[in-house]
Amino acid sequence: MPKLIKNGRVVADDWQLVLLAEGEAPADVAVPAGRTLVPLAVWQARRDELAARAESGELGVWLDAGEGPEDIADDVKRLAVIAVNFPKFTDGRGYSTATLLRTRYGYTGELRAIGDVLRDQFNYMTRSGFDALQPRADRYTDEQLAAAVANVSDFTQPYQASATHPQPLFRRVARPTQAQVKS
Amino acid sequence: MYQYDEYDQQLLDERVAQFRDQMRRHLAGELTDDEFRPVRLQNGLYIQRHAPMFRISVPYGHLASRQLRKLAHLARTYDRGYAHFTTRTNVQFNWSPLEVIPDMLAELATVQMHANQTSGNDIRNITADPFAGVAADEIVDPRPWAELLRQWATYNPEFAYLPRKFKIAVNGAIEDRVVLRVYDIGLDFKRDAAGNIGFRVLVGGGLGRTPILGEEIESFVPWQHLITYCEAILRVYNRYGRRDNIWKARIKILVKALGVEEFRWQVREEWAHAKDGPNTLTEAEVARVAAHFVDPQYEDLPADDKPHHHHIVENLAFAAWVKRNVRAHKKPGYASVTLSLKKTGIAPGDISADQMDLVADWADRFSFGEARMTHEQNVVLADVKLSDLYTLWQLASKAGLATPNIGLLTDIICCPGGDFCSLANAKSIPIAQAIQERFDDLDYLYDIGDIDINISGCMNSCGHHHVGHIGILGVDKNGEEWYQVTIGGTQGNDTALGKVIGPSFARAQMADVVEKLIETYIEHRHPDERFVDTVHRLGIEPFKQRVYGGEQHTQRKVANA
Repeated sequence: MPKLIKNGRVVADDWQLVLLAEGEAPADVAVPAGRTLVPLAVWQARRDELAARAESGELGVWLDAGEGPEDIADDVKRLAVIAVNFPKFTDGRGYSTATLLRTRYGYTGELRAIGDVLRDQFNYMTRSGFDALQPRADRYTDEQLAAAVANVSDFTQPYQASATHPQPLFRRVARPTQAQVKS
Repeated sequence: MYQYDEYDQQLLDERVAQFRDQMRRHLAGELTDDEFRPVRLQNGLYIQRHAPMFRISVPYGHLASRQLRKLAHLARTYDRGYAHFTTRTNVQFNWSPLEVIPDMLAELATVQMHANQTSGNDIRNITADPFAGVAADEIVDPRPWAELLRQWATYNPEFAYLPRKFKIAVNGAIEDRVVLRVYDIGLDFKRDAAGNIGFRVLVGGGLGRTPILGEEIESFVPWQHLITYCEAILRVYNRYGRRDNIWKARIKILVKALGVEEFRWQVREEWAHAKDGPNTLTEAEVARVAAHFVDPQYEDLPADDKPHHHHIVENLAFAAWVKRNVRAHKKPGYASVTLSLKKTGIAPGDISADQMDLVADWADRFSFGEARMTHEQNVVLADVKLSDLYTLWQLASKAGLATPNIGLLTDIICCPGGDFCSLANAKSIPIAQAIQERFDDLDYLYDIGDIDINISGCMNSCGHHHVGHIGILGVDKNGEEWYQVTIGGTQGNDTALGKVIGPSFARAQMADVVEKLIETYIEHRHPDERFVDTVHRLGIEPFKQRVYGGEQHTQRKVANA
């Protein structure tokens, strides 16, 4: 079971991920009991069947890189976990998905980065709104993953407004004037 | 120029620490080549032909003397005693070993310099008018706006893994001196009828394999919305730009695919959410940043300087330099000087450590401690008193930095090409050199007048060949180096893409080709007509006829052999 970095700690994780095999119909795929993340297509096809499990906090939805927050906008209040898949770590669409879920659609539950998730992107992911980071199970040793927690806070006082910093730096702090900097 | 406060410095120091750890993990085998690649690129580090190429950012081209001295020090300590200045006001080192890059970054950080996002699929170094603040035709000083954008773009968490690189340029004068229309976003600052500052937005320009000129999507956006508007563009691009094909991933392809109207609509939809939100600029923030770009303490001087005129009359060489390399200044008694990095025999844009130290000294002595890099790969001292010009000229001449060729045929824009760059199809520096050697007669150069020759060693177009009056592009044909020639490209307010004149040439032919193009111009020109004007009036046909004569058929056969 892959570990998860949450709230600055490495924790065990028992969520299961349902994948759709190529050609497999969302209506037919088996959704196991227990904490489960289902693909967006499954959620959309079987919302009525799965809604109670979502509301009890044991079923979440994962979005692939090409799937947008609009697709799930009406459900953000009843989902306790939304995951965003990074098929490759260089595919940056998930950063916008997370930003929009947090800042436009008011999602407050767990937002989990899954797939090709690397410690070198932890800080940007966190600032975009991910509060749960799940590298592939075989990517880091326990020791490396423990060390990687520090990367969440690579930048402590960033310039930008973001999910974690609602105000940009120029509204967040009183920056020194040119005269103060020079002296 | 902008000086860091504790927040800027802390962010930069954290970046240095982050990359030092990434390098350590890479060397220890914990970070694979593929995983290391984007993070090293976002810190300016390419793996190149001989050694890594290290590209340092010079935001909107401004360099303080202490920064120049630091670059000179790095060139001596870690490289081979020189640096290369690029068309996008970056500084490149070609020989520094991989392992020392974190130390170089740490040294750079002590003088508020860095290699942030000088490569990678992120928001790159923002360029601005090299004559900002001193040009007589300036409407709005672009530098505070470029700096505000720099801060928004730096370590921006949402836009670090875009489909492709993203370049922004800012102008604020009547004349476009940054080639706005070849940028992903070109921002043209202006004032409305009531005097309020705002900006026109051009989107979707770019050179490369598919050169496209940017199109206007807004004619005037008030300044408060600089960040929110750019953010809307970037978000549309990040979400919907193509990621399946590197050659179709630039925003220009998205704009073309959607059409300008649809793209504008999507940006406005996105902007509607962010407009007036937290990223809206405040008067206080703009004033804070703008205070770093106020005029230096100019003296009140007469518009004329008698000894200066005396030198011009007495000394032809000085007069030639003043004519080509000295530019009018908004303040009476001052001028802006362009130091040429285009001396024949030196690769265009290359500058030695000793020269960088000298430019730093002259900046301190003559120009309020600052120098600027230009898109044309030269160096400007923007605020020199007329009475100092003669002394500066003497010093610059001795240092090989006073070639009086600014805007002339030998002032060639040239990428490092196949001598250094692993992306290149062909060498570009030897072409520049052959042309410079062929046209070594200064009188003839002056007779030819203003002309831009731009050379790129491959389709990535770092030498901006598409917008050169004569553009030369290195191409690979069955493993051999060939050169395709375009004419009629233009930068500035009438930016246009050049047209290919025909089949490509071997390296040895290139000086002849340029000579024939020039001869054709000399024969056909009207008085006061530049080369490019003649091309635009006559079309490419007479030039083509002269260059290929009756041999076009044979040329093609050779080229495809």
